[in-house]
Amino acid sequence: MADPPPAAISTRDLRKVFTGGSGPAVTAVDGVDLDVRPGEVFGLLGPNGAGKTTTIGMLTTRVVPTGGTARIDGIDVAARPTRVKRRIGVVSQTNTLDRSLTVRENLTFHGRYFGLGGRESARRADELLARFRLADRRDADVNTLSGGMAQRLMVARALLHRPAVLFLDEPSTGLDPQSRLALWEVLRGLHAEGQTILLTTHSMDEADQLCERVAIMDHGRILALDTPTELKKAHVEGAPGEATLEDVFIALTGRDLRE
Amino acid sequence: MRGFGGLLLRDLRVQSRQPVRFLVRTLSQPFLLVFVFTYVFPRIGQGLRAPGGGESFTTVLVPGVVAIAVFIKGVQAVALPLVQEFGYTREVEDRVLAPLPVPAIAMAKLTWGAIEGVVAALLVFPVVALVPAEPANLAVQWPQLLAVLALGPFLASAVGLFLGTMVPPTQVPLLFSVVILPITFLGATYYPWAALEPIRWLQIVTLANPLVYIAEGFRMALTPQLPHMTSGLVLAALAAFAGAVGYAGVRGFQHRVLS
Repeated sequence: MADPPPAAISTRDLRKVFTGGSGPAVTAVDGVDLDVRPGEVFGLLGPNGAGKTTTIGMLTTRVVPTGGTARIDGIDVAARPTRVKRRIGVVSQTNTLDRSLTVRENLTFHGRYFGLGGRESARRADELLARFRLADRRDADVNTLSGGMAQRLMVARALLHRPAVLFLDEPSTGLDPQSRLALWEVLRGLHAEGQTILLTTHSMDEADQLCERVAIMDHGRILALDTPTELKKAHVEGAPGEATLEDVFIALTGRDLRE
Repeated sequence: MRGFGGLLLRDLRVQSRQPVRFLVRTLSQPFLLVFVFTYVFPRIGQGLRAPGGGESFTTVLVPGVVAIAVFIKGVQAVALPLVQEFGYTREVEDRVLAPLPVPAIAMAKLTWGAIEGVVAALLVFPVVALVPAEPANLAVQWPQLLAVLALGPFLASAVGLFLGTMVPPTQVPLLFSVVILPITFLGATYYPWAALEPIRWLQIVTLANPLVYIAEGFRMALTPQLPHMTSGLVLAALAAFAGAVGYAGVRGFQHRVLS
């Protein structure tokens, strides 16, 4: 019998301690174990400073782990970052579009960085511009895009090289309700096509709407990991039908202000 | 390797979109230097001669002006864009996620800066040939010129990479007054290094200035009749400085993009 396919994302006792600078060492991620299945939409939920962005940073090669292992498609992130980068698409928290390039060039050059030829990059770019309703802005300066359009372009860019895993770090922060709904539509469409997605959010609604499974993180640790329905059953007293993920979240992480 | 080419193509695209800006930025300082010192001065009888009085000041200045143009280009092409891209927008991120080792991404930037430096040197030649009232007495040594044209822009670009990774955006104005101006004024650009003999301490201190070797290199290649460092010393110093500063720049780049 053939081996089962490796988990799309797998971490074991993953840790990150930030040292250096004048302050004390900070443990941002403190022994995280995760397994995300191919085709799954997985949510990392937590308050500010919980370690979500550092976890995504390690999974996407930009933060070097200080302990444990992380694998994407079975490939060790710390040992083979270049091979991992080929398999991932990343949508960061902030707008990291290349301000010196046009909308379409942000896509075509991204293709070039991934070794696609000029024609293939252009074909993929046009395909994605149409799909993400950006075709009429193709030659625009990216500085003129609205927040929602910039977000769609970042998602398009992250998908251009057909990554195995798509990472989105707080994708709906700062978006207006219409843009957020449009983003959710896009992510549902990708899920239907079998795209593996890991997203971080502190919107309970977003996690409930999109994610098959959710890990609730705080202080660098995973406090609970299950489907939204099971989490509500397990952590909120009373009728589970009326509980929200927000109740689970507060039950697990408390009511204290973080910042 | 194709990804590396893609990074170079991106910089070419950004630069070629604004050819006039490129020309103005490249030529304004060399033009003004040559215009004031070798056109205005002789015309108003405010004479400057080469040390010893034999050659015209134009002959002294030509290698220095080419060296300055190459050096400034390293800062313009590499340091200033990087300061912005590492800054608030983090727009360097898409390139950092290209499936190449991070040092190769830094090397692509370094290579592009060197290419711009060569173009700057070639653009400055017509200016120094046409503007001066007294012509320069050039005796081009082709092998030396080609060697200096290969190593000098590379060193300038390495300095740009190093500065670009070290300087936070708020410190850019200081960069000019504290680093760029002293380097260009004391880089053996307006006089041959050997002519500093009467100010021995300055002659020794400026050996730490990388621009000295670029200027002396062009002096040896263009006006060998003037005093200049030996070709062995110049080429060894250019290679050693380029290697050391380039290494520090690549390390600095890694520190900025990985945590």
